[in-house]
Amino acid sequence: MSTHDPLAASPLLDARIPSGPIGEKWTRHQFEGKLVAPANRRRFTVIVVGTGLAGGAAAAALGELGYNVLSFCIQDSPRRAHSVAAQGGINAAKNYQNDGDSVERLFYDTVKGGDFRAREANVHRLAELSVRIIDHCVAQGVPFAREYGGTLANRSFGGAQVSRTFYARGQTGQQLLLGAYGSLMRQVEAGTVTLLPRREMLDLVIVDGRARGIICRNLIDGAIEPYAADAVIVATGGYAPVFYLSTNAVNSNATAIWRCHRRGALLANPCFTQIHPTCIPQVGDRQSKLTLMSESLRNDGRVWVPLKPGDRRRPRDIPEAERDYFLERRYPAFGNLVPRDIASRAAKAVCDEARGVGPTGYAVYLDFADAVKRVGRAVIAERYDNLMDMYHEITGDSPWDGPMRIYPAPHYTMGGLWVDYDLMSTIPGLHVAGEANFSDHGANRLGASALMQGLADGYFIAPNSIGRYLASAALPPVDTSRDEFRAARERIAARTAELLAMRGRTTVREIHWRLGRIMWDKVGMSRSAAGLRAAIGEIRRLREEFRGDLLLAGGGDELNKGLELAGRVGDFLELGELIAIDALHREESCGGHFREEHQTPEGEARRDDANFCHVAAWEHAGDGAEPRLHREPLAFEHVQPAQRSYK
Amino acid sequence: MDQPAPRRYRLRIWRQPGPGLPGRLVPYEVAGVSPDMSFLEMLDLLNESLLKAGEPAIEFDSDCREGICGTCGLVINGVAHGPKGRCTTCEARMRDFPDGATITVEPFRARGFPIVKDLVVDRGAFDRIIARGGYVSLNVGSAPEANALPIAKAIAEQAMDAAACIGCGACVAACPNASASLFVSAKISQLALLPQGEAERKRRALRMIGRMDEEGFGDCSNHGECEAVCPKGISIETIARMRREFFRAALRP
Repeated sequence: MSTHDPLAASPLLDARIPSGPIGEKWTRHQFEGKLVAPANRRRFTVIVVGTGLAGGAAAAALGELGYNVLSFCIQDSPRRAHSVAAQGGINAAKNYQNDGDSVERLFYDTVKGGDFRAREANVHRLAELSVRIIDHCVAQGVPFAREYGGTLANRSFGGAQVSRTFYARGQTGQQLLLGAYGSLMRQVEAGTVTLLPRREMLDLVIVDGRARGIICRNLIDGAIEPYAADAVIVATGGYAPVFYLSTNAVNSNATAIWRCHRRGALLANPCFTQIHPTCIPQVGDRQSKLTLMSESLRNDGRVWVPLKPGDRRRPRDIPEAERDYFLERRYPAFGNLVPRDIASRAAKAVCDEARGVGPTGYAVYLDFADAVKRVGRAVIAERYDNLMDMYHEITGDSPWDGPMRIYPAPHYTMGGLWVDYDLMSTIPGLHVAGEANFSDHGANRLGASALMQGLADGYFIAPNSIGRYLASAALPPVDTSRDEFRAARERIAARTAELLAMRGRTTVREIHWRLGRIMWDKVGMSRSAAGLRAAIGEIRRLREEFRGDLLLAGGGDELNKGLELAGRVGDFLELGELIAIDALHREESCGGHFREEHQTPEGEARRDDANFCHVAAWEHAGDGAEPRLHREPLAFEHVQPAQRSYK
Repeated sequence: MDQPAPRRYRLRIWRQPGPGLPGRLVPYEVAGVSPDMSFLEMLDLLNESLLKAGEPAIEFDSDCREGICGTCGLVINGVAHGPKGRCTTCEARMRDFPDGATITVEPFRARGFPIVKDLVVDRGAFDRIIARGGYVSLNVGSAPEANALPIAKAIAEQAMDAAACIGCGACVAACPNASASLFVSAKISQLALLPQGEAERKRRALRMIGRMDEEGFGDCSNHGECEAVCPKGISIETIARMRREFFRAALRP
């Protein structure tokens, strides 16, 4: 691993941040870029991989502009993307509640919430665009919650002292996604977008140094299909399922970004993983995922555990004086709405002290009794309706009869492929949007900001960036008969055959489960040098087992979900190691990355701005070789880095 | 951790190797099932044992496993999404199936949903219907300020009720006519209720209903089976509204 001067910037990482005052960078950037004239756009083909908020919105917006778009997803329909499951809301600096919100405050809250590890210019642009996103979604017919007078309603979310979150019950992600999906389908009807569902991107094709296409496996008949384009956008979401159990969908994966990484795209800050504090606790070993209970519930729910360790009384039998509302106690200014990393560690801490509840002792209460007394059950039901039903369905317990039990679970990943201000990776022509990229959220993402970032990237930034790129890059025509496509197809076909030929004893699910245990125990909410080194060793040994002893059934030329999962778990086995390496290198605690060796006496994260105020971007150096570290120093000119306190 | 006593089940599961090929119900047994497991986790468990016996897995679609994406869809003991009601297949829990029971598992069957393999069907028809008008036609950049058009809270709530459709297709599977009316009417209703949908209201109704017919779904003859299985509780009121929209559009285009 390199032993640079910690502040040295890598020449590979030019963020290309526009000059000028921070509030003008984006406006000037749009004017200063070259454009593609309307009549010329249909000559360009853009591939968009992923149809969630970022991918669906980008494909729709590019189609509206007149580009020829190929839109890929692994599911049967673009509307299944996991953005659909986001619950609580989307932030925007409208200041409809007259409580002091502004673009500046949203910018500030997001930079601080990210624990001063995000690029200021990107975040400011995000705050500026937030306002236009709401306008567009309302115009699409997204049924946001309303006040009696007919205007849009707001609620509060973690890490903010203003009410700036717009929502549609507990189904905001669904409604925003359906808006983007509707716009996408309009472009399919118009002929600008070609939909290619049930296709999994397995490789990026680079011609003369530029991203010029992808190789997909057709998940229905197994055909390895090449596609050529003038630019590629990858918007395939995050990598939380590296922990096996997460709030993500069972098909969520890191394959597209990992294959791009193996082709040369640097991957930034992989150790910045977010553990969401309020999820339904695990009940069994065979569980396939963890279900999120929206952060918005913390508007009205109060988090508590018994004061005394080992107190196994029913919640209703524990009097107020014997309860510890620990978030309110530790963080009076933000109470139950502290940011996720802080809430998650606090919950883990009380459970480690044997004050946790539920059959496993690894849960805390989220109690609505006071809120119901204050505003009535009907109001609470209206705000969170589907979430209460979901909790009841899954646990068999009604949240109206007693407090919910919740526990932290892997949920979101701030890390991802490195991108510059235009969302372009270190591979020219390869752009990355949404959770798949690393930008904007720093070391911790605030609630209700993922939806904001996905749509900002998709509707507004990607179209601008793609136009700028296509207008200025030399792009000779490329078709799939070229050697680069042929070679990539052959590699994929060989790898697939290799997987299927194995007649080992261990199933993919078993390997994935074991990887998840290593990641959760040693690379989870709290990390230590010894634990991370052990994790790296264990992951390497697990990878060897995967490569030699895998048991698969069925063939490659048919629908075979076991084979799909094998490829994805293979990539998690490599990514998991990189996450641990990144966590080991980052000798500080910030946001979702907590190193036991670097904490304040009160147990809060202790950053080291002198040595680690940078983006750690990793370069794949080949199988078996140590990845190479590159640094992008971060300069904070508008928000003074301070000890991040929510007390 | 106190584990509830494991259960065993007999299953009869539809197996079909590919589109257009003959299929049949195949018997299986699965043991060691915890009542807290979801139905699909039980199928995962069965698949692990088939894998270890060298047999191909039973293919079925799922994704979010929390009732919101609409990917999963099985007919369990003759009822789309299972006998409990108001939940998706992935939300069905084994605690609702008595120990030792026989459970029949089939795909969503309809002419409009050709079977791909085993329990996986092709619901592309739904996307093609939405493409004909399930949206407001506007380009990014052209929206007015978000609060420019006030919308009465009750209207917003009704629109949200209709918009909650997850596109799973249980309504089609349950309907004796394999009609897609509940699905189509849900989207039409959302956009008929909201002022943003007003400009294209008539065009939308005619085009979406036209495509629904072209895709081979049946007509609605008011059985109400759709509403009974809809995981989101969408009411057949939306079908009544769709009919009104259709007549408005057809009589006064």
